[in-house]
Amino acid sequence: MQVACIVAFFAAWQVGSSTGYLDPLIVPPLSAIAVALTALLGGGALWPDAGVTLFELAIAFALAAGAGLTAGFIISRSALAVRVFDPLLAGLYAIPTILLFPSYLLFFGIGPPSKIALGATMAFFPIVLATIAGFAHVAPLRLRAARSMGASAPQLFWYVLLPEAFPVVLAGLRMGLILGFLAVLGGETLTSNAGLGHQIVTAAESLDPPKMFAYIVVAVVLAVALNGLTSYAEQRARTSAA
Amino acid sequence: MGGISVRGVTQTFGASDDARRVTALEDTTLEIPSGELMCLIGPSGCGKSSLLDIIAGLAKPAAGSVTIDGEPVRGPLPKRVSFVFQENALFPWLTVEENVLAALAFQGVPKAERRARADEAIAAVGLDAFRAHHPRQLSGGMKQRAQLARALSLQTEILLMDEPFAALDEQTRLLLGEDLSVLLARTHKTIVFVTHSLVEAVFLADRVAVFTARPGRIKTVLNVDEPHPRTRSFMTSAKLAGLRNELYDLLHDEVRKTMETGAVA
Repeated sequence: MQVACIVAFFAAWQVGSSTGYLDPLIVPPLSAIAVALTALLGGGALWPDAGVTLFELAIAFALAAGAGLTAGFIISRSALAVRVFDPLLAGLYAIPTILLFPSYLLFFGIGPPSKIALGATMAFFPIVLATIAGFAHVAPLRLRAARSMGASAPQLFWYVLLPEAFPVVLAGLRMGLILGFLAVLGGETLTSNAGLGHQIVTAAESLDPPKMFAYIVVAVVLAVALNGLTSYAEQRARTSAA
Repeated sequence: MGGISVRGVTQTFGASDDARRVTALEDTTLEIPSGELMCLIGPSGCGKSSLLDIIAGLAKPAAGSVTIDGEPVRGPLPKRVSFVFQENALFPWLTVEENVLAALAFQGVPKAERRARADEAIAAVGLDAFRAHHPRQLSGGMKQRAQLARALSLQTEILLMDEPFAALDEQTRLLLGEDLSVLLARTHKTIVFVTHSLVEAVFLADRVAVFTARPGRIKTVLNVDEPHPRTRSFMTSAKLAGLRNELYDLLHDEVRKTMETGAVA
């Protein structure tokens, strides 16, 4: 049924744009997009920009994961800190991070660092919140059991806290990676000098919609692939932990 | 070895200026000689579980002291005291065998000895065929047997059991009680067993300590003069029924007080 809807949508698109019902400057025929995509993939022009975007994402995610996991774990160790920081971070998470982008441009310039900063900010919140949730809500009975059997602090961490928190933390990391990718792309479309988002905007501004849509296809495929890979990892972790 | 002496123990929760501060346990004195099985029974919130935590060194009393064989308890004593909790105290991500091996690692048993001790404990509770199962693959009764295996593997002289069978249906609970009685008659451990079940208390205990409503104090200690291991014939005996009724009379007013003041565990 879903497949039928998608097929119908693209069929209408192709028919509409090739017959002139839809303005090809706004909605180019699928066939034109396919040609542009083939040129992009074959010509080698895609890789430098895809590389820039993925590089920005990798650094942003590493920063967010490092900071989020560390801060989340430290906060989770004190009930008071959880009561103070958990609502505070959840509140900050609700503020549109994109509002910070102009100041990031000012601090870091129009190159990759401003996109990395935006991606890292966006990815940080789901990671830190999931880390707090995972480590702060370990079943008290199991902690009591482990303590009564003489578990040391490192044993408590490896045998009890980590396995108990792991699936929740992993869900946060997945969310962080996806949001980080969206932020990096979004940042690139606003102000940048390279990357997939930059190319999407450049193609649009040079009135080349097939090329723009070709870049969008690449971005969507990347997003779906990231989501699929991390979902798979999460599923694996869940079944082995349950 | 393994005689427990509880002297004037009081336990409170909440800061001294907090209106919600509660005294769970008040001036409790109890002598549990080595090798005895003592059941603690009383209304919810009377401090039975708190007393177990204090004996195990997991909590410090507000007043009073606990000694084991004359030595004061100041912190967890994993070599001398082991615990069996209600359901879910097993690590769900580990198999039965791995749960036991983890306990031995926590206690500091050398790696070379762990396997043999785990095997022995798992065999003692009859879970050989389920050693590679995860807790979610086991029935409630099997989970509690696995927990018991974990505690037995630690080879402590004292075993504290905090309502271990509370989540099970009555038939399973009674049968596990029979198994426990057989198993423990061989090991001569000192056991403190918290329960809400009158029948379970009389069936298992050498003595039953009856607690008052909060703040919990010991109202009386009932003797159950019957050799271990106890069997089905004791379960259905007039003697057990008589003691159960006596226990019910002792508890009735205390439980009603708890219901009417709305105290909770």
